[in-house]
Amino acid sequence: MLNNKIVIIDYHMGNLRSVQKAFEKMGCDAIITNDHEMIRSASKIVLPGVGAFKDGMKNLYELGLIDILNEEIIKKKKPFLGICLGMQLIAKKSYEKSETNGLAWIDAEVVKFDFKDNDKKFKIPHVGWNNVKYKNDNKLFEHIPDNSDFYFVHSYYFKTDEDIVISTTDYGFDFISSVNKDNIYAFQFHPEKSQSVGLKLIENFVNLKEHS
Amino acid sequence: MLKHRVIPCVLLKDWQLVKSIGFDSFRTIGHPTSTARIYNARNVDELIVLDIDASLNDEDINTEIIKDIADECFMPLTIGGGINTIEDIYKVLNAGADKISINSKALNDLDFIKKASSIFGSQCIVCSIDVKKVDGVYKVFTKKQGLLDINPLELAKKYQEYGAGEILLTSIDKEGSTQGYDIDLIKLFKNELEIPIILNGGMGKPEHAVEAIQNGADAVAAAYIFHFSQYTPNDIKKELNENGISIRKIYE
Repeated sequence: MLNNKIVIIDYHMGNLRSVQKAFEKMGCDAIITNDHEMIRSASKIVLPGVGAFKDGMKNLYELGLIDILNEEIIKKKKPFLGICLGMQLIAKKSYEKSETNGLAWIDAEVVKFDFKDNDKKFKIPHVGWNNVKYKNDNKLFEHIPDNSDFYFVHSYYFKTDEDIVISTTDYGFDFISSVNKDNIYAFQFHPEKSQSVGLKLIENFVNLKEHS
Repeated sequence: MLKHRVIPCVLLKDWQLVKSIGFDSFRTIGHPTSTARIYNARNVDELIVLDIDASLNDEDINTEIIKDIADECFMPLTIGGGINTIEDIYKVLNAGADKISINSKALNDLDFIKKASSIFGSQCIVCSIDVKKVDGVYKVFTKKQGLLDINPLELAKKYQEYGAGEILLTSIDKEGSTQGYDIDLIKLFKNELEIPIILNGGMGKPEHAVEAIQNGADAVAAAYIFHFSQYTPNDIKKELNENGISIRKIYE
């Protein structure tokens, strides 16, 4: 296995180039691909994504990527970075439009923001810069001040009872903005679009020691 | 807490970035990539680039330039102008845009918004509305179709219903005037939509941004002030902060 060969999964869901560019900026090449052999030879795997959950799962399935991702990330425990939709897809299921099963790496659900019963009406999608409150020290937040603002753009959020939450963000209530379970790191916000603090997070992922 | 954004909104014409005044007389503000680089270095919250060649002349969207601009942007980038097909959206997103802004196509084909948002997600689809006030009544304006007898707020509500994620609301009367945003216009929109509104046109000093946000804008867009005055986006944010409006902190 090559040392630090980072692969960005191309499943036709959005801003792959932005993510690749952020890695390049931090001095690390990342390959955009859905080639099975290439993914197998990766040392770290990134699943970005913008768009609808159902389309995301459908594309992963049609490209034959589900088994490979399970193999490389769950079995071989390669460091994994999920961003936005790439975070949501690791949940058990999403209620976006209709109920859809996800990769189910984490006992979680993805639900829509709902402020009908709030006094103050918050807008949906949640779009813009919002601060990320750390739950504990995490390697990926190293040298990034607590409560830094990151860029969010989403209408659905991640819900889990598992003890894996590493940050929350306040939008009418504290929702889960990132999780970490073993080799799996997932962020609702877009580090690749969050300027210096986001690039730092990408760098921290690059510098992660492999699990196995 | 979600922060209020300050967004440069510039036009792409003949391979240059330009700024219009009242939608006419263009002034060149610089080369696209160097301008994008400067905005990135200044930590602007977002950048909107509207390709006016593509929207006015039915030219193909200039993905080469968009790619060059996107390469400089480690903040969100919205691209608009000349978006007519789902294929166009794929092209622009693949070139590195994060969101796309749709104007005339949305106006003439609401189902396109529905289709686009179902494929790319609402968060990716910004609908742009240009407004002119005639005899005290706000009307929708497009460069190709002229003044239309359409109420901008009703149109925005339709866009929302069909899946738009944000509204970019531009007052043509105020655009490039530096006389401040159209406050009467944003007041009409206040609390009427569930999606964010970016108000555009007229910022000449930081106080104008405060006024816009206090009257209902979620974000403010501007161009003239950043290129033809001494104010930077950070000056605007400083003023917002001093007026108790939440903005993004930058750690150097």
